[in-house]
Amino acid sequence: MTTTALPPEVNAATQATIKRSPPRPPSGVRREWQRFHIGAILSYAMLILFAIIYIYPFLVAVSSSFKTDGDATNNPLSLIPQTWTVAAYQQLFSGSPLPLWALNTAFITIIVTTARVFLDSLAGYALSRLKFRGRTVVFSALIAVMAVPNVVLLIPRFLILKQFGLYDSYAGMIIPLIVDAGGIFIMKQFFESIPVSVEEAARIDGAGIFRTFWTIVLPMARPALVTLFILSFQGSWNEFGAFVVSRQNPDLNTLTTGIASLFSGQLGSGNQFPLKLAAAILMTIPVATIFFIFQRKIMNTTEGGEKG
Amino acid sequence: MSTSTLPRPAKDSPRNRNRGGGIRSGEGRFGWLFTAPAIVIIGVFLVLPIFLALWVSVSDWGGLGSPINSQVGFVGAKNFAHVLTSGGLAEKDFGTSIRNNLWFVVFVVPLQTALALFLAVQVNRRVLRGRSFFRTAYYFPSVTSAVAITGIFAFLFASSGAVNSVIAALGGKGPTWFADPRGLFHIIAGLFGVGDNPPGLSTPAFLELSWWDWLAGPSVAMCVIIILVIFTTSGTFMLLFLAALQNIGVEVEEASLIDGAGPFRKFFSVTLPMLRPTLFTVLTLGLIGTWQIFDQIYILGQGKPAKTTLTPAFLAYQTSFKDLNWGDGAAISFVLFAIIVTLTLLQRLVLRDRDKERLDRPMSRLLANEKTAAEKSRSIR
Repeated sequence: MTTTALPPEVNAATQATIKRSPPRPPSGVRREWQRFHIGAILSYAMLILFAIIYIYPFLVAVSSSFKTDGDATNNPLSLIPQTWTVAAYQQLFSGSPLPLWALNTAFITIIVTTARVFLDSLAGYALSRLKFRGRTVVFSALIAVMAVPNVVLLIPRFLILKQFGLYDSYAGMIIPLIVDAGGIFIMKQFFESIPVSVEEAARIDGAGIFRTFWTIVLPMARPALVTLFILSFQGSWNEFGAFVVSRQNPDLNTLTTGIASLFSGQLGSGNQFPLKLAAAILMTIPVATIFFIFQRKIMNTTEGGEKG
Repeated sequence: MSTSTLPRPAKDSPRNRNRGGGIRSGEGRFGWLFTAPAIVIIGVFLVLPIFLALWVSVSDWGGLGSPINSQVGFVGAKNFAHVLTSGGLAEKDFGTSIRNNLWFVVFVVPLQTALALFLAVQVNRRVLRGRSFFRTAYYFPSVTSAVAITGIFAFLFASSGAVNSVIAALGGKGPTWFADPRGLFHIIAGLFGVGDNPPGLSTPAFLELSWWDWLAGPSVAMCVIIILVIFTTSGTFMLLFLAALQNIGVEVEEASLIDGAGPFRKFFSVTLPMLRPTLFTVLTLGLIGTWQIFDQIYILGQGKPAKTTLTPAFLAYQTSFKDLNWGDGAAISFVLFAIIVTLTLLQRLVLRDRDKERLDRPMSRLLANEKTAAEKSRSIR
């Protein structure tokens, strides 16, 4: 199935290699060419095999969500449903609390992302640019906090929410997430990398500290803000542990906790694979969209000096 | 990590001259104002809770009312002792969870690191058609939520699921993945005719488990979670390796080629040594991450079958939230915390020793890049 698609690509690739290699006696070129040819075919075959392993689960999940229960159970590998049906989606939208979960997740994600981008950059700016007593202490404390593993915080977080009466409320689910030490760290690093002269000019012209930050510095920090936006969006959309311990009211279920209860069999009976897969697909669409919009950016954070 | 040990950047010098007046006025006030929201939130919802949980771990609080009231008594290390040395079920469960997580770490960390490095080297080649397609394909699973991907794996590894269909097509017979508590090494030992609890290994060794139990290896069910985690993390770590590979630059590669090194020789003698800082970062992140496995356990079986997918993180949750034994749960959390901190410090110690020899300028720049990347991967998960 895949090998038929190979030759044109491989030829192009090997030809590109040939063009680069210095001129050699004819026989040598031939042997080189053959070596490249076999090597290239092998490595492309391997890359494609891995790509299939990484992508197939998602493809088969999408197609199975359009199958009937029996079809999904009996033909788990096939990418084409025997009979197409949107029953799973219908059931999710009309006969399940999924729309409510989606609303909760969207609501929480929007607030958390907005707040994080704003508050993290405020703190990051102060820690990188503003001179104040105790700055080093604050920064060291931040680093220490970053070292605390999230999973250790599950019980403590529940305890404090109970203590303050915030358990089972939107506030209790949102407020602990609106600042994250990692985001502050990213912003601080970024602000340190941009020249200070523009800000100083603004300040000499009489702009206040907040105004300088808001109108001069923040627009310059766009790349870092985009990074922070992506991370915060993904983080809060996919957050699970924090919502497990901050609520038990089913009306406050997010997509993650709701769909997890669907998977661990707390709802319905039978395997209901199309329904579960449809839910998994639906909750993946927004993060996947963000990923594909900012794909270049996400992959580019790794591009060093050498390109192409 | 603290900036105080690094030389101050040159741009700080005019700042010092201006201290105390002019355009620098008001910075103290605004500095605190800007950091106040972060300090308050982190203080109230991160630092304070840790102290509250520390108190619960040494108290006899039963879950009713606030843990801070006059009826709750201080019991010292009793909860810790109950979990670690009671000789009862609590200790055995804890031992089992440590055993499970230990094998999980032993399998996941080397495999995900090797796979990530392999993929990074593959997609870093200069002549490669569809390079960005491959990168995207390998990275995509890292973007999706643990809940969604775990659900998809539950489907793939069902007893008549996709994976078993492939195994059947190859002429084998797949196991009932999620219901099989047999340890991998027990199965292998069984192939050589070793029965259950062979003499000499059946004596209790540590935390109420016999040597035979400790040496079980991951259960078949745990193997699914191992595969799942490798599947979702290898993309993230691939990006870290890719960043480092791109920093090596063409000159080094060309030099090694001119010196006559073949591709394997080049990889092991030139590329790999230059990747050492990244390698340590990936291993550290892997080690920290794998001891925190929770979401996947929660969704796939909650410790079943036969407690072979129980991990300390999940056990702490279960002990507190399901069995309402808050003191024990908090104690398990802190033991887990101690394990993670110890391993991190150990790693850092090793890392620092190795790095001293080779901390020239390009390397330190590379390390700095990595820290941001590391942060990134941390928050993604």
